[in-house]
Amino acid sequence: MRMSHAWKAAAAAGVLLLATACGSSGTSSSAGGFDPPDLKPRKQLGKTEGKVNLIAWAGYVEDGSNDPKVDWVSDFEKQTGCQVSTKTAASSDEMVSLMKTGQYDAVSASGDASLRLIASGDAEPVNTKLVPHYKDVFEGLKKKEWNSVDGVPYGIPHGRGANLLMYNTQKVSPAPDSWSAVFDKASAHKGKVTAYDSPIYIADAALYLMKSKPSLGIKNPYALDQKQFDAAVDLLKDQNANIGEYWSDYLKEISAFKSGNSVVGTSWQVIVNAAQAEKAPVKAVLPKEGSTGWSDTWMVSPKAEHPNCAYKWMDWIISPKVNAQVAEYFGEAPANQKSCALTAAKNHCDTFHAADEPYWKKVHFWTTPVAQCLDGRKDTKCVPYAKWVQAWTEIKG
Amino acid sequence: MTKTAPAAGFVRRLAGTLHRRPRLQLSLLLTAPLTWLVLAYLGSLSALFLSAFWTTDSFTSSVVKVWNTDNFTTLFESDVYRQVALRSVGVALAVTALCAVIAFPVAFYTARIAKPRWRPLLVVAILTPLWASYLVKAYAWRLILAEGGLLDWLLGPLGLEGPGYGLTATVLVLTYLWLPYMILPIHAGLEQLPDNLLDASADLGARTGRTFRSVVLPMLLPSIAAGSVFTFSLSLGDYIAVQIVGGKTQLIGNLIYSNITLDLPLAAALGTVPVVIIVGYLLAVRRTGALSSL
Repeated sequence: MRMSHAWKAAAAAGVLLLATACGSSGTSSSAGGFDPPDLKPRKQLGKTEGKVNLIAWAGYVEDGSNDPKVDWVSDFEKQTGCQVSTKTAASSDEMVSLMKTGQYDAVSASGDASLRLIASGDAEPVNTKLVPHYKDVFEGLKKKEWNSVDGVPYGIPHGRGANLLMYNTQKVSPAPDSWSAVFDKASAHKGKVTAYDSPIYIADAALYLMKSKPSLGIKNPYALDQKQFDAAVDLLKDQNANIGEYWSDYLKEISAFKSGNSVVGTSWQVIVNAAQAEKAPVKAVLPKEGSTGWSDTWMVSPKAEHPNCAYKWMDWIISPKVNAQVAEYFGEAPANQKSCALTAAKNHCDTFHAADEPYWKKVHFWTTPVAQCLDGRKDTKCVPYAKWVQAWTEIKG
Repeated sequence: MTKTAPAAGFVRRLAGTLHRRPRLQLSLLLTAPLTWLVLAYLGSLSALFLSAFWTTDSFTSSVVKVWNTDNFTTLFESDVYRQVALRSVGVALAVTALCAVIAFPVAFYTARIAKPRWRPLLVVAILTPLWASYLVKAYAWRLILAEGGLLDWLLGPLGLEGPGYGLTATVLVLTYLWLPYMILPIHAGLEQLPDNLLDASADLGARTGRTFRSVVLPMLLPSIAAGSVFTFSLSLGDYIAVQIVGGKTQLIGNLIYSNITLDLPLAAALGTVPVVIIVGYLLAVRRTGALSSL
């Protein structure tokens, strides 16, 4: 077999390539419908398994490796003997697909993931009696449409918060108080606007249209008929011309704001805190239109290999002290009402409206859009999430 | 000693049997690699192709195994997929062309001008960046290209600005990442180029340009083709560098990545696009005759 020298070199390069390339495996799947599969909550807890695998939002499971002062995992490991390993997910979609692998015990699912997990059988009902601290959770968070089905709770509420408008204090003046800074007036910062890279961001545009174009008649940013949906998509296509980059990795957003590549855009309080800690000149506001937001729930997988540790974790994360810590670090309202007395900043619960139910009426928690309109309209069909995903690809172009 | 004697006898008998039956020898040798090739490589490719004909539950995004061609219809009918596919091919071609243009002088120096004892060292130097992590290099470029970063600072005195994050940055970074894969085959090709051909060309009155066009380039074409297969296919499949320095740019890899979590069948259908393009590219390379020297 004759082989020219060039091809030998190419083959050598190929071997190198194999050595340096990184691969990823696909996800497994399970069949599912709209009715939740018949799963039963656990009756009692057994011995802890010594290990627990979690999927969480950045900042929810801190073991001191990001900031030595921020650590509520080490004590948990000491007390229960459950070693925690965490996979940080960047979006609800990622959480849904990770849970489908069956390799994780529990997830901190937002409202746009929780129902999908319940419907596909990737989350099981929880027995709240096995979670002693559940009794202290705000009543406004218990048995909601995003964490229960027909009165059966499928998870333990973690906390809730709103998506914020973050801006560079040196480059953006006067300080913005409206989402128009990233929509109608975004051209003032052409190429330096950022937005959350997920189809659910379409709801942010819908929320803005709810106030700026009342003629469209949007009542709920997750219940959009075709006309309302098209208007939101058009608004985002206009916005695309001014976007520098979309973010889903929160570290990337911090670096973009630090370097000045992004100066205004949607953000989370935890990102604001981290960016300020790194001396980036940023501030964040809750714009006057209100905001989209999240209400997160810890859910257990029916395939969990370490269910006892998972239950211990759920009780730990909503225990008054820990829930206060995580709520302050992430910048959200705690789920446990006793946490309010234990926060480092005394007014944390007031600032984040922990007990202020009328306030939460103005925040539109992430929910999975479905064809049957969530705002109760019967005379029209709404655009389901699958179409949101397609539209998001088209918006980015 | 007494124990090893029967063992040695067995090995000798086995060797004798294998020597008398070359087919058995060959099949024993090839079974393992062939199984790997068929199962792991062709198996995963066909699994990919098969799942492209399934669909997903629009609510739970679980895969529903119902045979249909909707995914391919979506692929052909919506503008955005066509645009992104064209953009990806454009990026891959641009990276390949840039790599070839930059790699040639470098390889010419390492293969023909540098002193022979320095040549292996220079090749090692070219390969060293490959030992650094891909991510480290991409993030380094993110800092270089950042607002007020190294590139802006360098170009500032000339009254220019860096390209910022976007398509240009993506091409730049991919060119940097894949350059060694182009230099190596060209270096090998130039090393093989007989001196007497260049001398003959000069004797017959050809100038440098003519020698390059009529002697060097035709003989180097297989090497360039070999290198271009790497740079082209690697660029076409990349989705990480473009996430880091591409700003809001989407390439075909990003579409696959963003769909894999929610719509695996559509991602699989999208995944067949680069496969088809690469096969087309290999056929085109074959037509140039570059593969005949294999």
